[in-house]
Amino acid sequence: MQEVNQELAIKHGLTADEYNKIIKLMGRNPNLVELGIFSAMWNEHCSYKSSRIWLQTLPTKNKYVIQGPGENAGVVDFGDGDVVIFKIESHNHPSYIEPYQGAATGVGGILRDVFTMGARPVANLNSIRFGSPNHEKTKYLLNGVVSGIGGYGNCIGVPTVGGETEFDQCYNGNILVNAMNIGVAKKNKVFYSIASGVGNPVVYVGSKTGRDGIHGATMASAEFDEDSESKKPTVQVGDPFTEKLLLEACLELMQKKSIVSIQDMGAAGLTSSSIEMASKGDLGIKINLNLIPCRENNMTPYEIMLSESQERMLMVLKKGKEKEARKIFEKWGLDFAIIGQLTNSKKLELEFNKKNVCSIPIHSLGDNAPKYKRDFITYSYPKAINHDSDIEKLDIKDSLIKILSHHNYSNKSWVWEQYDHMVMTDTIQKPGGDSAVVRYHGKNKGIAATVDCVPRYCKAHPKSGAMQAVCETWRNLISVGAQPIAITNCLNFGNPEKKEIMGQFVDSINGMKEACEALNYPVISGNVSLYNETNGIAIYPTPTIGGVGLLKNINNMMTFNFKNTESIIAVIGETSGHLSQSALIYDVIGDKEGPPPQINLKEEKKNGLFVSDLIKGKLVNAVHDISHGGIIVTLAEMCIASNIGAKIKVSGSNSDKIKYLFSEDQARYLIEISKKNLEKIKKTASTKNIKIDIIGKTQSEIFEVENDLKISVKELKTKNESWFKNYNKN
Amino acid sequence: MKASVIVFPGSNCDRDVKISLEKFGIKTSMVWHADAKLPKSDLVVLPGGFSYGDYLRCGSIASKSRIMKEVITHSKKGGLVMGICNGFQVLVESQLLPGVLIRNINLKFICKNITVKVTNNKTNFTSKTSRNSVLEIPIAHNEGNYFASKDLIDELEDNNQIVLQYCDAAGNITEQCNPNGSIKNIAGIVNKKGNVFGLMPHPERASDELLGGMDGSLIFKSLK
Repeated sequence: MQEVNQELAIKHGLTADEYNKIIKLMGRNPNLVELGIFSAMWNEHCSYKSSRIWLQTLPTKNKYVIQGPGENAGVVDFGDGDVVIFKIESHNHPSYIEPYQGAATGVGGILRDVFTMGARPVANLNSIRFGSPNHEKTKYLLNGVVSGIGGYGNCIGVPTVGGETEFDQCYNGNILVNAMNIGVAKKNKVFYSIASGVGNPVVYVGSKTGRDGIHGATMASAEFDEDSESKKPTVQVGDPFTEKLLLEACLELMQKKSIVSIQDMGAAGLTSSSIEMASKGDLGIKINLNLIPCRENNMTPYEIMLSESQERMLMVLKKGKEKEARKIFEKWGLDFAIIGQLTNSKKLELEFNKKNVCSIPIHSLGDNAPKYKRDFITYSYPKAINHDSDIEKLDIKDSLIKILSHHNYSNKSWVWEQYDHMVMTDTIQKPGGDSAVVRYHGKNKGIAATVDCVPRYCKAHPKSGAMQAVCETWRNLISVGAQPIAITNCLNFGNPEKKEIMGQFVDSINGMKEACEALNYPVISGNVSLYNETNGIAIYPTPTIGGVGLLKNINNMMTFNFKNTESIIAVIGETSGHLSQSALIYDVIGDKEGPPPQINLKEEKKNGLFVSDLIKGKLVNAVHDISHGGIIVTLAEMCIASNIGAKIKVSGSNSDKIKYLFSEDQARYLIEISKKNLEKIKKTASTKNIKIDIIGKTQSEIFEVENDLKISVKELKTKNESWFKNYNKN
Repeated sequence: MKASVIVFPGSNCDRDVKISLEKFGIKTSMVWHADAKLPKSDLVVLPGGFSYGDYLRCGSIASKSRIMKEVITHSKKGGLVMGICNGFQVLVESQLLPGVLIRNINLKFICKNITVKVTNNKTNFTSKTSRNSVLEIPIAHNEGNYFASKDLIDELEDNNQIVLQYCDAAGNITEQCNPNGSIKNIAGIVNKKGNVFGLMPHPERASDELLGGMDGSLIFKSLK
């Protein structure tokens, strides 16, 4: 066996200090297998060593939360004995190296996290971000990632119902692929990863173990350089067909009373799954590696323990239930192997060819893993910028069209039509709306879900940006008539060893914390992806938020397309004219400086609850949250979705109009009201101190800003739908 | 009427189609691909999905599975068989229907609502529709591009075997409204005897108002 020394430890991604810590914990030098295991458990991806102390500050409880962070996924109560289980996870590094497989296995991994807990997955969402469209790799990465997400989700038969797709040069060297999954289960049938019962058999099920993905988690814990391409062998290969079989087999077995605990083999494969189960149960685990089903000959203990082959699960069964379980897995044509048992040694003990090849105290891998309070800086809110000279003579029509046809704001159906978003026949609000909604199967209630982040806001002021991301998901859930319940977060940042990056992370956590507390909207699961840097250049801070809400009655679901002509159009919330970091200034004018819009959490909550009541009271016909591009773009989207026109009036100078129409002030909604309900709504708004602007009415076919622009909705639609088609033509 | 829905490993629209069949009064049982015997059925449904992961060729491995022998016997005796999406692929691979289904012309998976024209409403599967009526039903596939030799296409036309064709909202059969490159915009065909029907669109996804339409229900209602 290779000699283990400090140099080899550093090659494994460990620091010299960390290597010395291992020797101290072990009381001796580790052998190669043990070193591999430590490196797999102590890398950033698995140990959260830079982020842990900050993550602990996030709110994780409200009356709906049954299980917060720390399990495979979070669990919330959906009433009537039903629960919803969800989580988001990144697969950024592998997707850059091999976009199809990287994205596909990202979807596969998050699905396993959810069905491991006893849930049937019912919805996939994703947030994908690419470099500039002109960058030489972007088209290849976009096509690969979208095909990969579709390839996995479509095959396993779980609808992909929502998400976001954006481009920015900051992702040229590090794309983001964040995949979220939502599942449903019965409250009394949720499965956890905590092992119990000395002597209980440890069982391996699913695919065979191959040499793919070795050191995947370590690769995902380092910056990229010119040689990143050479890391292709660290990317796993997905097999959605096997996962479908594994899903059905696991759910079938879960109907019986045989499983003590279950854990999917994700990052760091057999290593992290076995250690996590034993560590949570304060037990030891003994595995005979000769019993692992292997795909290739002569695999070494090192390779077996570090393989990230997909579609595998580890379970602890009740003694005596092995036969019943085996029968189910054999029916589905899957491997089933009893590979060891739980012990009271509190050690991870591995045997291979009748020799002991590893003996590590379990707590040294988890509880004693390094935890760093890295240096960080704090970002102050940037000084305001006066944009008057930019906008004085700006043409409203031209600006609107530029935004609608911009790659980040154009219609994304090219993306989501490659995803089966209808399988399972419960998708009652398809992609393209403010939130996706899936009916809770067989019930009258629904699950609303959305994924959001505006990285340009986060770059400008990380704290406000993270607050905004939380608020935007809240608003998107409100807009479809749902009650926001909880979030999952996927925190994508650069190298935390740099204090500027660590500062972005810390500020984002603080912003998120404030927003979650104010909205009673806790974090129940999530994932951190650091080292999203290439040659020292980091991505913008991108704390992606996945929000989930409960739609109590699916017949009250709201959509954003206009329903009638001659309806009143109103803006809920205060428009102060904040233009810095807006789509207009950032993308059309090209000025990337200045502060993002301020977040007022009291306003956010007040306006959201007001809109929520309007929807419940059936007083509004359409609701759309005001985001990118401000009032005018939001209005145009409502027209395009319904083929109904609108006529609005704005007063003041050209600059005043631009500020009113294009500003991205937060906590606002655009709503359609029937004339008969107007007075009632105005009255309630005034008693609740809600700002409401009546800006115009709907009409047939023509989109009009009085005295400024007149254009057919058809033309707007064409402009809005052309970018993706043209980009991917050749 | 009694139906059997065949569940292959990798089928994923089996539950969806069962819900629709039962909604329209057809008693339905699920039949595992490895079963040796088909329960007494008037109709066999091969559901959508990715049987055997679409490995080798879509529908190819499923066409050789144990239960398919029974399904073939059932069809030879005149029993009804309907294959939706992957089920249609299994039917052409089993040679219960002529032609082949190759990759979509744009080489992408396509999931969206499309419109089809009912070219033949005198089948057991379309009797409740009007001739030349337009149905809005979703598609979701990667390999739905129907291909056959010219002779075979002539034969299909002569025997009135083309049942559904992709069309625009007004019922015009044009190249623009052909989502996958199928010859003659073919979306669904029957065999010569008229008891085996394969279609790419998913009628079970258009049989519920909340999902955006009821046009697919006409197919389930026709089965009774």
